[in-house]
Amino acid sequence: MQHRLSGEAMTLAYERRTVAQDLTVAVPDRSFTVIIGPNACGKSTLLRALARLLRPAAGAVLLDGEDIHRRSARSVARTLGLLPQSSIAPDGIGVAELVARGRYPHQRLLRQWSREDERIVTESMAATGVADLADRAVDELSGGQRQRVWIAMALAQQTPLLLLDEPTTYLDIAHQIEILDLCARLHEEQGRTLVAVLHDLNHAARYATHLIAMREGRVVAAGPPAEVVTAELVEEVFRLPCRVIDDPESGTPLVVPAARRRAGAGTPWATGTSAAVAP
Amino acid sequence: MIVLRTPGGVSLRLRPRALVVGAGCALLAAALGVLALGSGDYPMSAADVLRTLTGGGSPAEEFIVTELRLPRLVTAVCVGAALALAGAVFQSLVRNPLGSPDVLGFTQGASTGALLVVVVGGSSLALGAAAVAGGLVTGVLVHALAWRHGLPGFRLILVGIGVTAILTGVNGYLLTRAPLMDAARAVLWLTGSLDGRGWVNALPLLIALAVLVPVVFLGRGPALRMIELGDDAASALGVPVERVRLLLLGAAVLLVSLAAAAAGPVSFVALTAPHLARRLTRAPGPNLLPAMAVGAALLVGADQLAQRAFSGHQLPVGVVTGVIGGGYLVWLLATERKAGRL
Repeated sequence: MQHRLSGEAMTLAYERRTVAQDLTVAVPDRSFTVIIGPNACGKSTLLRALARLLRPAAGAVLLDGEDIHRRSARSVARTLGLLPQSSIAPDGIGVAELVARGRYPHQRLLRQWSREDERIVTESMAATGVADLADRAVDELSGGQRQRVWIAMALAQQTPLLLLDEPTTYLDIAHQIEILDLCARLHEEQGRTLVAVLHDLNHAARYATHLIAMREGRVVAAGPPAEVVTAELVEEVFRLPCRVIDDPESGTPLVVPAARRRAGAGTPWATGTSAAVAP
Repeated sequence: MIVLRTPGGVSLRLRPRALVVGAGCALLAAALGVLALGSGDYPMSAADVLRTLTGGGSPAEEFIVTELRLPRLVTAVCVGAALALAGAVFQSLVRNPLGSPDVLGFTQGASTGALLVVVVGGSSLALGAAAVAGGLVTGVLVHALAWRHGLPGFRLILVGIGVTAILTGVNGYLLTRAPLMDAARAVLWLTGSLDGRGWVNALPLLIALAVLVPVVFLGRGPALRMIELGDDAASALGVPVERVRLLLLGAAVLLVSLAAAAAGPVSFVALTAPHLARRLTRAPGPNLLPAMAVGAALLVGADQLAQRAFSGHQLPVGVVTGVIGGGYLVWLLATERKAGRL
């Protein structure tokens, strides 16, 4: 399997706190890779390192075989895009204008707005379904619409690799699915390699083609969801007893957390029969 | 938005509204300037002023306009433009409309440098140099205290407010140590004044603007617009955030310090002008050039007002900018509050 993006024996650390040691990961080309793991397992840190936002204390991130920190920010930005966890829309900025900022790495002082820029911005807005909002102000939009605008901006960057840091956080379930469907479409139709950090294990299992499961700065398992998502692994990674069944919609693994058993309860979900709640 | 494209692949994006605002304010500053050059103990008509400027005046007119009045006008234009430009950069970098050199401590630092010279005794040239040094040292100090693997705007503002408070205390102490006559001169300087400014005051700032505006501010303007999206987003778009921010901060602190050396710490221009420019252009982003034009017009107008508002009694220009700027801020807070945005 080909890997344009990988991390080799990385030590990832903030100031004094070491998050991961000797961490090696590879992102298969044209995959939809999802990184999962409990809070503070280092998955967002890993994504930041892969995105060139955090320089590994040891080891290296390789992009097309070259240390990512030996390339200029602009040259990396033409190959690898990122949707950060929090971005700030300047006051009063319009949708089309914000999406157009994704063209920055391709622009020059005297080449500010080529026909190609214009075409790609229009296509990016169409692909994310925000073309109708082009003239609206970003601060008037709903959370889901806004997230699609930010994804459109990242698409306008026209990078074969796109990293997304928790793209569904703060969205309701319908908008979460909408964003994930959009990601899946970008992956399938445009052939981009996507890497996302997701919190929801079932979303990860349904949408990912490649899963990386992390715990305490280590990769516990990596591979297709059908192989990675097992009851044993979920217990090991999340310390959560569960059953894994087939998702009746998609056939992918579905994690069903074990119900909390109460003393004297006949069935796990029955209530009101135990002595503790009897009058 | 207008797009100009040439067959050679050159393409430029222009905002008509921003162009109109920038040109309009530059024209306003020019008109106010001609008015300023013609007014005083020896009044001249606008036509006479223009004739003298183009080399057709009598030796007396020549002397009055180019030697007596023009240096003051050029100082006002440069100080207004420099403060507005620096203010626009700070506001954009800290992503907060309150990010001005007055709040971040750089002006107080320049004042401390100048007051030290007042206490120790020294020429006005030394005073200017000390003001520049004071501003730059404060800039380095604030940056060093606020930076920790990145420079979030709120931390810069909080550290700036702290440094401002300390320096205000230091400045108060220095004032009490100064001999009475010098203290009076120092207070005038601290208010911000253009009285008796000559070419020696205007020139350093003029040179700095001529170099920094095209090289740093226009060259890095697009990157500054990206930094407004957040450090992570800007990095992802290929901006070397730390380097660009340091360069812009340094250049803006230098401008503020030179402006303070030229005219004292003129208050509120750096806060008001970029804000006013943004409201007029209705364009998101730093609006650097329109802000410069607004700042220049603001300071030239304020200086006219300061000289003519009370016949026979001149005010330091800092009093007028303080009243106008403070009033604008209060009005703004009131309207924003009514509009439910605050």
